[in-house]
Amino acid sequence: MTIRIENTSRRDFLKAGAGLTLAVVVPGARAAVLPGADGPSAVGGAASSAAEFAPNAFVRIAPDNTVTVVAKHLEMGQGTYTGLATLVAEELDADWSQVVTKGSPADAARYNNLFWGNAQGTGGSTAIANSFEQLRQAGATARAMLVQAAAERWRVPADEISVKAGVVSHAKSGRKAHFGELAEAASALQVPQQVKLKDPKDFTFIGRHVPRKDSVAKTTGRAQFTQDVKLPGMLVAVVAHPPRFGATVKSADDGGARTVPGVADVVRIPTGVAVLARDYWTAKKGRDALKIEWDDATGYRGSSDAILADYRKRAATPGTVARHDGDAAAALGKAGKVIEAEYAFPYLAHAAMEPLNCVMRLDANGCEVWNGEQFQTVDQMTVAGILGLKPEQVKLNMLYAGGSFGRRANPHSDYLVETAHIVKAIGGRAPVKLVWSREDDMRAGYYRPVYLHRLRAALDAQGKPVAWANTIVGQSILAGTAFESVMVKDGVDATSVEGAATLPYAIPNLQVELHTTNSDVKVPVQWWRSVGSTHTAYATEVFIDELAAAAGKDPVGYRLGLLVEHPRHAGVLKLAADKADWGRPLPAAKAGKRGRGVAVHESFNSFVAQVVDVTVMPDGQFKVDRVVCAVDCGIAVNPDVIRAQMEGGIGFGLAAALSSAITLKDGQVEQSNFNDYQVLRIDQMPRIEVHIVPSAEKPTGVGEPGVPPIAPALANALFAATGKRIRTLPIGDQLKA
Amino acid sequence: MTRFTLNGKSVSTDLPDDTPLLWVLRDGLDMTGTKFGCGIAQCGACTVHLDGQPIRSCSTPVSAVAGKRVTTIEGVGTARVGAAVQAAWQKLDVVQCGYCQSGQIMSATALLASNPKPTDADIDAAMRGNICRCATYVRIRAAIHEAARTLASRSAA
Repeated sequence: MTIRIENTSRRDFLKAGAGLTLAVVVPGARAAVLPGADGPSAVGGAASSAAEFAPNAFVRIAPDNTVTVVAKHLEMGQGTYTGLATLVAEELDADWSQVVTKGSPADAARYNNLFWGNAQGTGGSTAIANSFEQLRQAGATARAMLVQAAAERWRVPADEISVKAGVVSHAKSGRKAHFGELAEAASALQVPQQVKLKDPKDFTFIGRHVPRKDSVAKTTGRAQFTQDVKLPGMLVAVVAHPPRFGATVKSADDGGARTVPGVADVVRIPTGVAVLARDYWTAKKGRDALKIEWDDATGYRGSSDAILADYRKRAATPGTVARHDGDAAAALGKAGKVIEAEYAFPYLAHAAMEPLNCVMRLDANGCEVWNGEQFQTVDQMTVAGILGLKPEQVKLNMLYAGGSFGRRANPHSDYLVETAHIVKAIGGRAPVKLVWSREDDMRAGYYRPVYLHRLRAALDAQGKPVAWANTIVGQSILAGTAFESVMVKDGVDATSVEGAATLPYAIPNLQVELHTTNSDVKVPVQWWRSVGSTHTAYATEVFIDELAAAAGKDPVGYRLGLLVEHPRHAGVLKLAADKADWGRPLPAAKAGKRGRGVAVHESFNSFVAQVVDVTVMPDGQFKVDRVVCAVDCGIAVNPDVIRAQMEGGIGFGLAAALSSAITLKDGQVEQSNFNDYQVLRIDQMPRIEVHIVPSAEKPTGVGEPGVPPIAPALANALFAATGKRIRTLPIGDQLKA
Repeated sequence: MTRFTLNGKSVSTDLPDDTPLLWVLRDGLDMTGTKFGCGIAQCGACTVHLDGQPIRSCSTPVSAVAGKRVTTIEGVGTARVGAAVQAAWQKLDVVQCGYCQSGQIMSATALLASNPKPTDADIDAAMRGNICRCATYVRIRAAIHEAARTLASRSAA
């Protein structure tokens, strides 16, 4: 892709002050000049000169020597504010301490995700991958212009000038200048047509350790999340939602709520009844005082048990074909040894630590939003539609998100829609902060869907699989969204089968079929960190382990024999096995049985293998002692961030493996808070070792790929220790007598 | 009207007596470093110190802190232990999303104030009330050990 770089310094000169500002423009995209950032949109702790900031650029160098990198991606913990800054700093030869990161405004023309066409947003572990060349070019261009400015000022040839750690110098004359001293002169120059990017052997930031850009703000309480926004005159809104998905309000008596001192208003909105007050606690008291009769005529009344029972029946029938190699049915029919298994997965809530929330203000020019903003283009269009505005009249301020795990990229913009309806219902007379309680967040749906996998395989006389048939049953995440036309092909939602239809093992007869249940099951569903791989990795990696056991083969050797055509899978598998001392017996425990298990999985173009060591006590309680993780994500831009994402991904996946489940009974969600939706706590966290495969390939994702292998690797370790296969998640107390 | 000492300064609020301290801090006094995570003392994001002891401010009515000393993430760094914990968190880049980390740091500081050399088991026991959905637990353990070392070496010097 060709990328054009524009010098926008002069355009922004009056309001931005002197300095160099570069905008990177993708050909064909609409050029836009956005209003300047103001108010609390400045991301907490990240910038010192908010008043000077020009938002329509990736790089800005101010006379005070500050290099501002404008991040087009949401920082939700994955480290992108550090990673994107690393790419710019590398080619700019900046000093890390002079670099600050700020969130971009919403403008798909400049800040689109290059992997998503004209849409702006964060997801699919794409932030570094899609920005790798774009932001390095932005940094290299700024560097070239600083050098040119120095050459002209000093009257020396540009190629005699060097740049190191934020200092431009000319060795022969002994002249030196900091970036800030050259910024104004550089801003008057033409942008060079071509800049040369560094040879990777010359990298000084990429591949090295740099401190995170958000550590200080997040350890001092200064980082600003949506929950922390307070605007003059702002009202806090708390909403009473129906107890069942799709139900509506029949009647509401708000008399009690209105008598609570501090309650400002009560309004009906499509998703329930909203109470507005001067503060959260008052609004919550007001909600508690509402008397609402719900109309369940359109409410969904399914139960998790019944959903799974239905899925088991469907799994025995032919589905829509997602992969078809050879003739699996015929091979299974004539095989001597057939192995079968079913694996079941519950609904899962994202349960990020910051319950969902959104701040919105209407004024004469449009609407302004403060949000942990993950899906700019979709959110702009959706909110604009409700408020009768043009999408560009919806100004989005991207704040830090207190986790997301996919939830804040809602394809229906659900919580922004709710906020817009509240603002509209009060005629925009006050800015509104919608706050969901933990219970609201937990029960709002948009879960990882329930899935069922049925697997059958045939082994030849040597124990090698000659046929593999995988039938998958579950709700499509993409059906009914704007992405359906692109990502649902021939009735197959790519996110339902990813990791299963892309099985890497060399099996000549391979069939993957899908049953999509959206016409019957009305639970709102959504992507959840690592999406389809949350269940496909488990089903395929436990089943291949079952086949290895049936064949009497070593689980690592068995897999490697089937991965000859997939060297990167094999590479991480061998590395993890080697570092975990695979093949050497585990040291005995003082009490209980020990076991070791493995899994390998590709997701988001990255490859991860994990080896888990467990100790299982006689009463069935067990402890995950250690996880050894190997990851191949191409060039490791920030090795420490990659390690952190593997550690965190393992912990996140472990919660789902051990204990997390959302269950429905007669349409009502049975869980409410962290007392009954169990997530991982520190005493359940194993020791973790992360090993990164050296690579010259382009960087790929790390936010999600750490998650998929942990649950199957754990289940395989528990099998090694006990001989018992776990075929339903979460594991819960299935090992207890 | 409730009066108490917040990070060394006298403050007052006219929010009702049953209002949890968390919302007095956040909505009444604009001290937003202390976070709302669950509202039922299950996640620890709202942890503050009351007369030096860690408490869950989401489940503590403001009337219960009248006349007492409250320390939050905004003030914890002025004391030796809190500053060492924050420095260790920064050195090891513990944070990811960061939302729970104010509470983690308050709990870790209280642990080190009472137990200067905790084992992993001590850490797990003291910190299991603080959920981190990003699962930064490996680094939380390491950072607490790091802070303990820093404090021990300063004490020895």
